[in-house]
Amino acid sequence: MSDPTIQLVSDPVTGDAERLARLHAALVDRASAESCVDVTYRLLDSPVGQLLLAATESGVVRVAFEIEDHDRVLDSLGSSVGSRILRGGDRLDPLARELDDYFAGRRHGFDVPLDLRLARGFRLTVLRHLSEIPYGSTESYGEVALASGSPRAVRAVGSACATNPLPIVVPCHRVVRSDGALGGYLGGLPAKERLLALERAA
Amino acid sequence: MKRPFEQAVTEHGPMVLRVCRAVLGPTEADDAWSETFLSALRAWPDLPDDANVRAWLVTIAHRKAIDVARAGARLAVPVAVVPDAAAPRADQPEDALPDGDLWTAVAALPEKQRLCVAYHHVAGLPHPEVARIVGGTPAAARRAAADGIARLRSTYALERTVSTHV
Repeated sequence: MSDPTIQLVSDPVTGDAERLARLHAALVDRASAESCVDVTYRLLDSPVGQLLLAATESGVVRVAFEIEDHDRVLDSLGSSVGSRILRGGDRLDPLARELDDYFAGRRHGFDVPLDLRLARGFRLTVLRHLSEIPYGSTESYGEVALASGSPRAVRAVGSACATNPLPIVVPCHRVVRSDGALGGYLGGLPAKERLLALERAA
Repeated sequence: MKRPFEQAVTEHGPMVLRVCRAVLGPTEADDAWSETFLSALRAWPDLPDDANVRAWLVTIAHRKAIDVARAGARLAVPVAVVPDAAAPRADQPEDALPDGDLWTAVAALPEKQRLCVAYHHVAGLPHPEVARIVGGTPAAARRAAADGIARLRSTYALERTVSTHV
């Protein structure tokens, strides 16, 4: 492909990047208006690293930490929710604003609609209870198990937290071990520590 | 296809835009790009996981380019004379690309040559794949692409060389 004529025809043209960005944004708008998109997503910089925010038409379906590997998370959304996935649109702007406020200590809860389709059965029951743990306080895995109606399912509570599709928004970081140790966290322990410190300080 | 559609847009979007531009010219390329990706998005879940996404998108772009051209009724209207180089389109200044004269020269190619240049040289598809899209044999597609490039070399490239010496 060293032929200059061939190169001229096949090379990108100046301004293509801006043109493509415009075309892409218009595509997301049209696809959303015609309901032929399964998931839209955006990234958000935060004190606990870059977050992936993903939503369906019904609500926020996934929040993911960088250490979960955003590409893998998107691949898995392709299989579990649908592969008509596009980046952009304004569906996630309200959540992004609420998260910014949360990290600034100005907001203690989230008002955006959630799509909990990625959690089922006992895990879903656990997630519903987690949303009731007040900002700034914690519960032990055992307490959550009890509140979820299965006092002996302590380990199942652990795995419900570890597979929480909506971390931060559904506050699994407020679940710690009964001896006061942090336990685990899907976003990494430093992130859990940071969120708990943020809530203690506010 | 289980992979997120966004990957296809990121990976192939720039190529599809260049293909649409080669087939239709810069003014109508945007419309064809939009129609191509909207249509591809709708069909994406039904596309087999091992499909050749590049060739699939070019096939859709080919159909959409024909639609767009029919709407604008200009695909089969080659420009008879290559106008002076660097004549910007006064009617749509935002579409006046720096190489507007190149696209004029491409537009002046006979349709088959233009399509074969677009799908082989711009999209990077092998000749048999190009033949499947435009019809005819792979050998004919190869010849049309070569003839198209030769003609471009003698019109556009020559003009350009001359003009740089003025």
